[in-house]
Amino acid sequence: MPQSVNEHNDMPSGQQDKRPAARALSLRGMLRKNPGDLIFENVTRFFAFVVLSLVFLMVYEMSVQSWPSIRHFGFQFITSSEWDPVNDIYGALPFIYGTLFSSLGALLFAVPLSVGVAIFLSEIAPGWLEQPLSMLVELLAAIPSIVYGLFGIFVMVPWLQTDVQPFLIEEFGWMPLFEGAPYGFGMLAAILILTIMVLPIITSISRDVMRSIPDTQREAAMALGATRWEAIRIVLTGAKSGILSASLLGLGRAVGETMAVTMVIGNSADISLSVLNPAHTMASVLANEFAEATSQLYISSLIEIALLLFVMTLILNAIARAIVWRITRRFGATAA
Amino acid sequence: MSTTALYTWRKFKNATMLSLTGLSLLAVVGVLFLILAYTVSKGINHINWDLITKMPAPVGEEGGGMANAIVGSLILVSLGSAYGIPVGLFAGIYLAQTEKGWFARTVRFLTEVLNGIPSIVIGVVAFIVVVLPMKRFSALAGGFALGILMIPLITRTTEEMIRLVPSSFREAGLALGIPRWKTMMFVILPAAFKGIFTGIFLSIARVIGETAPLLFTALGNRFWSTQLDQPIASMTVFIYDYARAPFDDWNQQAWAASFILIMLVFVLNIIFRFVTRKTYTA
Amino acid sequence: MYDIMQQSLKENDIPRIQETLESVSGATDAARAPRMEALGLNAWYGKTQALFNVTLSIPRNKVLAIIGPSGCGKSTFLRSLNRMHEEVGGSIGGSILLDGEDIMDRDPVFLRRKVGMVFQKPNPFPTMTVAQNVVAGLKLNGMRDRKELARIAEENLKRVALWDEVKDVLHKPGSSLSGGQQQRLCIARTLAVEPEVILMDEPASALDPISTMKIEELIDELKKKYTIVIVTHNMQQAARISDFTAFFYMGKLIEVDKTAKIFTKPTHRQTEDYVTGSFG
Repeated sequence: MPQSVNEHNDMPSGQQDKRPAARALSLRGMLRKNPGDLIFENVTRFFAFVVLSLVFLMVYEMSVQSWPSIRHFGFQFITSSEWDPVNDIYGALPFIYGTLFSSLGALLFAVPLSVGVAIFLSEIAPGWLEQPLSMLVELLAAIPSIVYGLFGIFVMVPWLQTDVQPFLIEEFGWMPLFEGAPYGFGMLAAILILTIMVLPIITSISRDVMRSIPDTQREAAMALGATRWEAIRIVLTGAKSGILSASLLGLGRAVGETMAVTMVIGNSADISLSVLNPAHTMASVLANEFAEATSQLYISSLIEIALLLFVMTLILNAIARAIVWRITRRFGATAA
Repeated sequence: MSTTALYTWRKFKNATMLSLTGLSLLAVVGVLFLILAYTVSKGINHINWDLITKMPAPVGEEGGGMANAIVGSLILVSLGSAYGIPVGLFAGIYLAQTEKGWFARTVRFLTEVLNGIPSIVIGVVAFIVVVLPMKRFSALAGGFALGILMIPLITRTTEEMIRLVPSSFREAGLALGIPRWKTMMFVILPAAFKGIFTGIFLSIARVIGETAPLLFTALGNRFWSTQLDQPIASMTVFIYDYARAPFDDWNQQAWAASFILIMLVFVLNIIFRFVTRKTYTA
Repeated sequence: MYDIMQQSLKENDIPRIQETLESVSGATDAARAPRMEALGLNAWYGKTQALFNVTLSIPRNKVLAIIGPSGCGKSTFLRSLNRMHEEVGGSIGGSILLDGEDIMDRDPVFLRRKVGMVFQKPNPFPTMTVAQNVVAGLKLNGMRDRKELARIAEENLKRVALWDEVKDVLHKPGSSLSGGQQQRLCIARTLAVEPEVILMDEPASALDPISTMKIEELIDELKKKYTIVIVTHNMQQAARISDFTAFFYMGKLIEVDKTAKIFTKPTHRQTEDYVTGSFG
C-alpha cells in the first residue's frame, strides 16, 4: 500500500501523528490502570504463585528430608533388596520391583479391556446408550480407593484363595509365575484390583481420542468393502499414540495407588517372580510403615521412596502429555 | 484361501471382535455392579443410628459407631477447603484471565503435575511440613494434605468454566465502565458459578474418600476430638482399621461406613455430571 | 483494486467535515466543537495493523454511520473509541479526544462511562434480571440506593420503549426476553450509565425486520440527546438513520461527508463503487 494514502487522509487542520508508537502508549496506559484491577490481578497472581510454590516446596522438602538416606545409601538404595529396620539398613528394590510388577501387570489386563470398552462406546454403541454407559465406567473412578480395598479383602481375596489360585497352581504350577501356595493376598490380587482402578481413565481418554478421528476415515474404509472391524482397525491405527498416552496416565495412577493395593498385596518385602506370593509396593510400604517409623534414617529412607514415587509419576505424566502435545500439533498442522 | 472362504473368515473375525468389545464393556459394568451390590448388601443392614451417633465401642465389645469419624472427616475436609478452595479458585481465575506468558503456562503445567502426584506422597509432604515441626500428628496436618489434593481439581474446573462464559458478557461489562475485576467477580463468575460450585463439590467428594494422605498426618483417633492440634478420626481411616480388625462386627461396620461413603461420593458425582452437561450445551 | 486506490490518490480533495458541520448547524462555537475526535489513530492486532492514521471528528448530537466492506477496520475504529480494542489484545496509537481532552492517558473505565457501547449480538447479563441488567453499570460502580435504582431502571426502560413490554417480568432473567427486546434492554443498560456518546456495532444485524425498525426509531430519538456512532454493513440503514457517513477501506478512512452526499455524489471512486454495490 502506498504510504501517501496516509497523508491523503489527514484532516485539513494539518494535525499529524507525531506520537510514539502504540507500545509506548499502552505502557502509558498501564501506569493509569484501575487500582482495583491492579490489586485484583496481583491477588489472583499471588494464588497462582501459591500453586507453583507448592510444587517446588514439595520437591524441596522431600529432597532435604531424604538427604540422610541418599547420602548414607547412595545408589545402593535402589539396587539393594535388604530392608531391615531393626539394623537400620534400607534398600528399596523390593518395593520398586513390586510397584513396577503390579502396575505393568495391571496394564496388561487393563489396556486391552479399556480399548475394547472404548471401541464399543465410540464406534458401536448407539448414541443414546453412549452417555449413560460412559458415565457408568467413569463412576468406577469415583469409588474411593478404600472401598476397593474392602472389596478386595472380603470378596476378591477369598475368591482367589479358594477358586482361582488352586486352579492356577494345579494347571500352571510348573511355571515360576504361578509357583507357591494359595494365600489369596499377594501380587495377583493387587494386579486385579489395579486393573479395575485404572480402567476408567484409560477408557475415557481412548474413547475421546477415537472419537476425534474424522468419520471420513471410517467411511472410506467401509466404502472399500471393509468390514466394521476392519474399519475400526483403521481408526485404532490413528488412535495409537493417544491410547499409548492414556496407558501411561493409567500407569501413573497404578504406580501411585495406595490403599487398595496395601490391603490386598500381603505386604512382604520379597522379590518373587510368582504372582501368588505376597509383595510390597512403594506406596504400600509408606502406608504401612511411615506412621511407625522411629529412627531418623528409617523416616528418611521412606521419604526417599516417596520422592522416587513422585519422580516416577512426574516422568510418566510428562511423557503422556508430550505425546498428547505432539498429536495436537500434528493434527493442527494437517488442518492448516 | 478362496475368495468365499476369505469372506467368511472376515465376517467371522468381524463378529468375534465386535462381540469381544461388547463383552469387555459387560465385564467392566459387571464389576461396578458387583462392587456396588456387595457394598449395599453388606452395608445396609448395619446402617443404624448407632453407627452415626455413637462412639467406637471398646476393643472386643460389640456395637458402637463412628460419630467421631464422621465429625473428624467433616473437620478435615473443612480445613482442606478453607485454603484449598480460595487458592484453587483464584489460581483458576488467574489462568482464565491470562492465556499467554511463561508464568501462566508454568502454573497450568504444574497444576497437571499436582493432579498426578499420588496422594500418599502428598501425605508425606504434609508429614514433613506440618507433623515434624509440631512434633505430633494432627488434624491440621491432615487438612493440609487434603487441601493440596483439592487445589488442582478446583483450579482446572474454575479455568474451564470461566472460559465457557461467552466473551460478549465480559465486553458488555467493560463497555459499561465496570472495572475488570468487578466484571470478573460480579458478571463472569456468577455466570460460571454453577459449574465452579459443582467442581468444588466434586473435589470435596474426592478428598472425603481419601485415606492414604491421612494415615500419618491426621492418624486417627478412637476418642472424641475436635482439636486441630490433636490426632483426629476420619471415616476412611475408620474403614481401614475396621476392615483389618479380626472382629466380624467391626468388619460389618466397615462395610456400612463404605456404603455411606460411596453414596455420598456418587451423589456428588452425578450432580456434577448433570450440571456440567447442561452448562456445556447451553 | 490497486488501480482504484491509485486513482483516488490523484483526486486530491479532502473531506472537510468541519466546514460541512458549520453549514449544517450554524450553531455556536461550543456546540459546534466535535464531541469526539480521533487524531492520527493507528490500531494493531498483534503485528497486523488494522487502522492507518485515521483522523475523524465525531459531530455532536448527530448520528455518524461507518460503512465499508468486511475487514475494512470499521469495527476496530469503533472499538478504539472506547478502548475496547485493547481488551481483546489489540493496541492503539494516536490520540482520541473527548470534548477536547485526550483519553489515552486516563483509566479506560472513566472513558467507557462517557462512551457507551451496544454490541452486535444482544448480551444481557445471564445471571441478572431485566431490572438488574438495566442498572448493572451503576450498581457495580457503587450505587446502593434501591429506590433510586428502581427509578432509573424504569426511566431507561421507558426511554427505549420497552417498559410496557417488560414491566411485569422485571424479575425474570434478562435472557428470557426476545432478541429485539434484549437488544433494547442492552441499550437501556447503556443509557443508564448516562453516557455522552453511544457506539453501536451493527446493533440490528442479528434482529428481525420489525425489531430492526424499532431500533432505528430509537436511534432517531436518541440523537436528540446523544452523539451516536453506528457501524453497519447495511447501506440502506446508514442512509435512513445517519446524518454523516464515513467510508472505510482497508484500514483507512477514505471519505466522510453528509450522508446524502455520500450516497448520491461521493467524491471518491471507491466510495461510489461501494455504495452502488459494484465493489467488495
